[in-house]
Amino acid sequence: MKAKNQRLTLLILAIAAVLGAVLLGMSALKEQAAYFYAPADVARKGVPLDQAVRIGGMVVPGSIKRDPDGVSIDFVVGDETEATIPVRFKGIVPDLFKEDSGVVAEGRFQADGTFVASEILAKHDENYMPPELAGEKHKSESLE
Amino acid sequence: MIAEAGLAALWLAAALSLLQLCLGAFALRPGGEGLLRTVRPVAAVQAALVAISFFCLILLFLRTDLSVALVAANSHAAKPWLYKFAGTWGNHEGSMLLWVAVLAIAGGAVALFERKLEQRTLIATLAAQAAIGLGFYAFLLFSSNPFERLNPPAAVGQGLNPLLQDPGLAFHPPTLYFGYVGISIAFSFAVGALITRDVGAAFARAMRPWVLAAWIFLTLGITAGSYWAYYELGWGGWWFWDPVENASLMPWLAATALLHSVTVLATRDALRAWTVMLAVVAFSMSMIGTFLVRSGILTSVHAFAVDPERGFFILILLTLYIGGALALFGLRVGTVREGATFEPVSREGTLVLNNLLLSAILGIVLVGTLYPLGVEAVTGEKLSVGPPYFNSAAGPIALALVVFMAAGPLVRWRRDRAPEVVNRIALPVLISAVTLFALVLFAPGIGLFPLFGLTLATGVAAASVAPLWKRNLRRTPLFTWGMVAAHLGIAVSLAGMASESAFTQETLVAVPVGETVEVGPYSVRFDAVQPVAGPNWTAIEATLTARRGDGKPIVLKPQARMFSSPPTETSEAAIATRLGGQLYTVLGKGDAGGRWQLRLWWKPFVTLIWLGGGLIALGGVLSLIGRVRRERKVQLQEAWA
Repeated sequence: MKAKNQRLTLLILAIAAVLGAVLLGMSALKEQAAYFYAPADVARKGVPLDQAVRIGGMVVPGSIKRDPDGVSIDFVVGDETEATIPVRFKGIVPDLFKEDSGVVAEGRFQADGTFVASEILAKHDENYMPPELAGEKHKSESLE
Repeated sequence: MIAEAGLAALWLAAALSLLQLCLGAFALRPGGEGLLRTVRPVAAVQAALVAISFFCLILLFLRTDLSVALVAANSHAAKPWLYKFAGTWGNHEGSMLLWVAVLAIAGGAVALFERKLEQRTLIATLAAQAAIGLGFYAFLLFSSNPFERLNPPAAVGQGLNPLLQDPGLAFHPPTLYFGYVGISIAFSFAVGALITRDVGAAFARAMRPWVLAAWIFLTLGITAGSYWAYYELGWGGWWFWDPVENASLMPWLAATALLHSVTVLATRDALRAWTVMLAVVAFSMSMIGTFLVRSGILTSVHAFAVDPERGFFILILLTLYIGGALALFGLRVGTVREGATFEPVSREGTLVLNNLLLSAILGIVLVGTLYPLGVEAVTGEKLSVGPPYFNSAAGPIALALVVFMAAGPLVRWRRDRAPEVVNRIALPVLISAVTLFALVLFAPGIGLFPLFGLTLATGVAAASVAPLWKRNLRRTPLFTWGMVAAHLGIAVSLAGMASESAFTQETLVAVPVGETVEVGPYSVRFDAVQPVAGPNWTAIEATLTARRGDGKPIVLKPQARMFSSPPTETSEAAIATRLGGQLYTVLGKGDAGGRWQLRLWWKPFVTLIWLGGGLIALGGVLSLIGRVRRERKVQLQEAWA
């Protein structure tokens, strides 16, 4: 192959590879675009079944209930709207998991609308706010 | 006084970098030959001044000088000295000073040690390095001065984020920075070569050791960061696809591609424009990473409180450098003469494929990392992209990459015959097939990724050592050993990842003291809980005794720590490393009934993940030594002749 042709072939291949990757990425993102759910989103879009997602919001005061097995808890996540999500989690909650503070959980929705969390994401310090939540906290503060 | 000395040194270094840029620019003009010799010493002195400035900041932190705003905000007198030392870069200003210091020291090292590069290209390279430095000096001096005084001085310091109070964190950031910022050298080399139109095999041979060195640090930094997240966060996971992790992975992917394409350029004089482009891309990824981590756009343990103005400043620098380099590339790429061509079935061919697949993975990670930011900027909607996206989009390409990585070293340079290649890869393929068969037979239902992962890992391991087959091992060049070690490292890491996800066993319980819990092959007795106190924390500590069959008991002491300044709780996992894997224990909360939560994992062969990372870096070191030694030998022979 001539040098010029080879160069052109390579260029086309490179562009095809990167474009292909980006397209693949974008199509995967389309499924993933609804990865993060706030309670208001659930009320609006319904619950996605059979898909691992993240939810986030504030732990509703007085909603944390510990199960007799000592490692499971139930609580309710709310936001500035009326909507809430009941959550069940089996595991060790992060140190800064408290009532009326922000929480992000990873897991799956059940058919009855309960969210079974496989992981409660740790916060790095008491000032840390997951980026997805910072705005909502802001909103609810300005409402008060 | 120390603070003022540090600041003065920083200003002087900034002035020298401006001088370095101007001298370089004039030296390259017709009639400027007399200035060519002035640039190297300026670069060396600039590096020394930045080192002094950084040293001053370390001193201030070690002494906990509370009249310096940065120290007061980020340190505390009651902290162990190691964390006072590490606290120097555990904050925005200090880490940016470290950034600039590494940048200038890398430039100084090139000025002092680079002998192979053509002189005019070297001067252009140093000028480019000075131009990058200048932007970051301006950033530091005008918006993030680390030496700012506090009047009146603070009475007590505020302390360091307890998650950062870990020996690993003392060394992880500098290592990562050496890699991250070291890539700037590759960028400057590329810009230099574009300016003097000197892209060719000799240029690639000069550039290769510098790329290799930066890549080694980057590999080590990522490996160490992954292990830190694994043991410090207490989740038992080793990679989270966090944007901050991606920020270091993206330059690594680009640098890995660059490392391979620079070899093609050095050996066969092909891929000229592509290699230069990759150098620009690799540094762009470093800049994007710096932007993500330092702009305050992300909230994470790495993103210290930062105001938007600083983010904007970095964004401008990013646009300026990447845009400038791309413009230069666009203008000059037409004049880069075409290199050699190559046959598709050849070592070059496989390396091109490696580059394409690495670029594809890079594209996927980049899209996933930037997409949420883009959406937020446009629509204001906040969303996050998580592991499912990255695993499903990048995973298959990564596995394909590993397949070609195994085959690559078994293909000859220039031209090879397909049937012979098939012959050479027959044995590794057979070994893979046996593994697959054994797994399906003895470990059914372990999932697709572990199945393919382990199968590939054995095949790659066999293919990696194959280049040593029937060779006189003592006469095999060191860089061949390096390639073998690095590729073997990938196989080892892959085996670790696959077995971790296939065979991990977990037990989660709430039990009173005295109870025994089973996890994997271990029975773990919960002996006691007691309060303990450290230098700047108090903790609840559990004593666990683990026993495997009739084996020797292992004592583990996981803690839940409370720091008072700033008030934070962290959980310190206790991990026992055995040949077959790791026993990972976490202490949770106690309840009113006297029970304590315990989370126990038995993770077979999990250590292979980081052992592989170490092996990859070791491969880099061997190659580097091999290359430098060979060059020296050639130089000596030339001098002799």
